[in-house]
Amino acid sequence: MSGSLDSYLVLSGLLFAVGTFGFLARRNAISMLMSIELMLNAVNLTVVAFGAFIPGLNTYAAVIALVVIAMAAAEATVGLAIVIAIYRNRKTPLVDEYDQMSR
Amino acid sequence: MPIGDSIPFTAVRWDDVLFVVLAAALLISALLVVTLRDIIRSGLALTASFAALAGIYVMLGNPLVAATQVLVYIGAIAVLILFAIMLTQTKNAPSKLVFQTQVVAAAVAAIVIAAIIAVTVLATTWPAATARIWTSTEEAARTMFRSDVLPFEMVSVLLTAAVIGAVYLARRESGRSEEDR
Repeated sequence: MSGSLDSYLVLSGLLFAVGTFGFLARRNAISMLMSIELMLNAVNLTVVAFGAFIPGLNTYAAVIALVVIAMAAAEATVGLAIVIAIYRNRKTPLVDEYDQMSR
Repeated sequence: MPIGDSIPFTAVRWDDVLFVVLAAALLISALLVVTLRDIIRSGLALTASFAALAGIYVMLGNPLVAATQVLVYIGAIAVLILFAIMLTQTKNAPSKLVFQTQVVAAAVAAIVIAAIIAVTVLATTWPAATARIWTSTEEAARTMFRSDVLPFEMVSVLLTAAVIGAVYLARRESGRSEEDR
């Protein structure tokens, strides 16, 4: 089980689906950002799994995974800054109460 | 005394046990992230899911990515998210309704995505796939810093832009800061 590519890919698909559900269903903006982190983690797991099982992708997978991690860090920084900036204006972190762009 | 490949007196391999434990920890903590009512707890569950995923990277023979996962995700992103939670939670925020009204549609969409990915993966044979191979950190470093250095440089530009953008977005506007409080 741990020696086959399929089990890692299915695990990553399940993790991605959990992240999708969280992104679509939660009301809190920070919960949605956390769900995006889960989805990025699932994609990264896919990349690393292919790298571990396919010799030609081995070193490239590590490089791609590191770039994706750095990109996720940048995304989290900007996303949370946007949430905090909106919170300062609207005093709520709930996305369904963001009904206008300016005040 | 060295331990063998499998649990004594059974045919169950230690690798498989470890994989099942880590995968279960990953999926359960991910489900807690999206379902818990208290958002601080869901932030802590997110940290647990990052840790379980780092274990799975080790099982895949990629210690460099596992270490980066611990450093960047658990060390930086989890702390950043917990700080943002503390900055944005109000006492009177209604915590009764965790989900949007489209929660059933979202659940259906997630289940359909999971089913499509699982069916596709299981129906495909990967002709190039071999047994698991260890990723050499030295080779990865040589690829990243010598032969294919462009992504590394682009990431440094991206991180600079992200830091400047985050400071610009989150700063308090001068002149209006007094009546905002």
